[in-house]
Amino acid sequence: MSEQRGDRRLDHAPGGHKEGAARLSTYLAGLGLALLLTVASFALVGSGAVWAPAIPILLAVLAVAQMGVHLVFFLHITSGPENTNNTLALAFGVMIVVLTVGGTLWIMAHLDHNMMPVATMATP
Amino acid sequence: MTLLGRLSWDSIPLHEPIVMVTAGVLFVVLLGTGATILFKGWLPYLWREWITSVDHKRIGVMYCLLALVMLIRGFADALMMRSHQAMAVGAGEGFLPPDHYDQIFSAHGTIMIFFVAMPFMIGLMNFAVPLQLGVRDVAFPTLNSVSFWLTATGVLLINTSLVVGEFARTGWLVYPPLSERAFSPGVGVDYYLWALQISGAGTLLGGINLVTTILKMRAPGMRYTRMPIFCWTALASNLLIVAAFPILTATLIMLTLDRYLGFHFFTNEAGGNQMLFVNLIWAWGHPEVYILVLPAFGIFSEIIATFSGKPLFGYRSMVLATLAICVLSFMVWLHHFFTMGAGADVNGVFGVMTMIIAVPTGVKVFNWLFTMYGGRLRFEVPMLWAVAFIPTFVVGGMTGVLLAVPPADFVLHNSVFLVAHFHNVIIGGVLFAAFAGYSYWFPKAFGFRLHDGWGKAAVVLWVSGFYLAFMPLYALGLMGMTRRLQHYDNPAWQPWLVAAWLGALLILGGIVSLAMQLYVSVRERRSLADGTGDPWDGRTLEWATRSPPPPWNFARLPQVEGRDALALMKRGEADETPEPLEPIEMPRNSAYGFVGAFFTYLTGFALVWHIWWLVVLGMLAGFATTLWIAWHQPGEQEIGVDELSALEPAA
Repeated sequence: MSEQRGDRRLDHAPGGHKEGAARLSTYLAGLGLALLLTVASFALVGSGAVWAPAIPILLAVLAVAQMGVHLVFFLHITSGPENTNNTLALAFGVMIVVLTVGGTLWIMAHLDHNMMPVATMATP
Repeated sequence: MTLLGRLSWDSIPLHEPIVMVTAGVLFVVLLGTGATILFKGWLPYLWREWITSVDHKRIGVMYCLLALVMLIRGFADALMMRSHQAMAVGAGEGFLPPDHYDQIFSAHGTIMIFFVAMPFMIGLMNFAVPLQLGVRDVAFPTLNSVSFWLTATGVLLINTSLVVGEFARTGWLVYPPLSERAFSPGVGVDYYLWALQISGAGTLLGGINLVTTILKMRAPGMRYTRMPIFCWTALASNLLIVAAFPILTATLIMLTLDRYLGFHFFTNEAGGNQMLFVNLIWAWGHPEVYILVLPAFGIFSEIIATFSGKPLFGYRSMVLATLAICVLSFMVWLHHFFTMGAGADVNGVFGVMTMIIAVPTGVKVFNWLFTMYGGRLRFEVPMLWAVAFIPTFVVGGMTGVLLAVPPADFVLHNSVFLVAHFHNVIIGGVLFAAFAGYSYWFPKAFGFRLHDGWGKAAVVLWVSGFYLAFMPLYALGLMGMTRRLQHYDNPAWQPWLVAAWLGALLILGGIVSLAMQLYVSVRERRSLADGTGDPWDGRTLEWATRSPPPPWNFARLPQVEGRDALALMKRGEADETPEPLEPIEMPRNSAYGFVGAFFTYLTGFALVWHIWWLVVLGMLAGFATTLWIAWHQPGEQEIGVDELSALEPAA
């Protein structure tokens, strides 16, 4: 993967755009999609068109979609071979977040395990 | 609101003789050093060559120097605690009042982890990784300088707390609710919070820098599978920094909001949950352990291979073990609080995960042993540290596996058995690695070797001192002694604590030997000089350039043909035809790191003392500096071929 080292100029900052920055239209498309998803979230809560208990789940879905839009249009994550490092880093990050958040929820929900049930404590 | 916030003359602890004498001595030393530098006219040199330097080697050296200085401060705290505990039994009161004793054990832990172990490991990675990769600097040289100076800012802030105000009395991880405003109304916890936030930002930036360097900037032909093992462990360690330090930042921000703005994340009342703090801080804290010890493993791998005259045994298994530890280290953090209330399911899972993480570590131990097996061993000082490390670390690891059994942990939790365990792995693992790396790469950094006799004395005194100081603590822990005791009533403990105190004195001898070694080596630098650039018959690329390396490290980037690139070149298997020199682009010096850190310090100090106008001023000044640099940063300078061939004797 590091075989394209023909140029000896290793001093340039990595991540610098060598093949020209992404075109403006990409950013505009991203902005449009991001706005659409944001408006959709607010509309969902404001309009009352959706069954209330489903709203948190729908908001989570829209939030994940929003992250996807940012990753693709603004951070230029693609599945191309030149993007392996970025994709791997993203996967590592997602894994850490899932481990930390999931583990925390599990641990915190379990902390009263060795306590007496409240009902038992209340009885004399 | 007054002009100086909470700051007043009462904040200076004039009534504490120990603090005042220390502060006086420090002041005289600092003043003396400053005056010497000014009168000898060294300031321009220091400013040009060190303070504004963006050279990864210089920055690495400064990190290590910072760590060595702070080691003395942290050890002074340790010696005071050991001396105090040796006397404070029954009617004996020792010499430290509880208030001061609590600050000392909090400062000792904070300093040793954040400002000794971290900068030492980061400094060695900064120095050696780009050289081993065969490149000219890290990916973002100016950012590297910013990282260092932010760490130095945290150090300065911690040391300010010695003289102005107080330090936290809460232990090194400031557990709430004790660290909340209701129970710690003073500035101690605030010093802790801002010192760690500032230096933590520096660490995170440094982590990003090294990850980028390793992934993106390797010498031609340096594939992943050809990287020296220290680069692999540095990659894993810095990935952990990037993943874990944001957790610390977020957790400390929540505690800061509690303390400054009356939030209730971790308070007793209004729905706060202090157990969430314990959970979150260890979600950072356990990966932190591996951030420290993975580079240590890398250093020992390089040293053992070099001084055995063999390639490292099991390179691939070493890489796999490193990456396995990197991932597993995020799955074990509950073992720091088995006793907090979780049931058998949760404790069982995390206990088993903890035992599993010992497996890749065991793989490494066997790899080192098999590397030495059949090798032509040379017991130079770095190798002596490595040989001392293996059995010591195995003992520490085994007591760790014992503590990973939840029922055993219920007995040993918060006892000095635990204290003995983590000192066993951090001193025996990280600190020995730091000293090993220091004596291994010193000739590369300065062009002369460290004195042998004093180095061997340091090894002997440190190793024997460590065993004498900490083995008694295992026994005491099993006898029921808890950690952080300012006073105790059981006379049966005293002989063990006196033994531990004697061990601490031996370690003092070890530190004096290290200081003497440096002094004697500088004095005798001509007879210790190394003209070859390769004093140890090294195997990796840092030994392929001269010592000390030129600012551009390599006049021509080395062509890497395989693993242990230099060893291959020495056997003549590598391509020898020299290519013509080409101009090199080098980054220019930048005062941004130093100036920005100065304003950060002002802001941090003002935040601790609630001096709000200075907070605003410091932030604005820092922002203005950033803008100014963004427009004026001169970028790079080109070193032409003529200049290069004049400066490169061998080229």
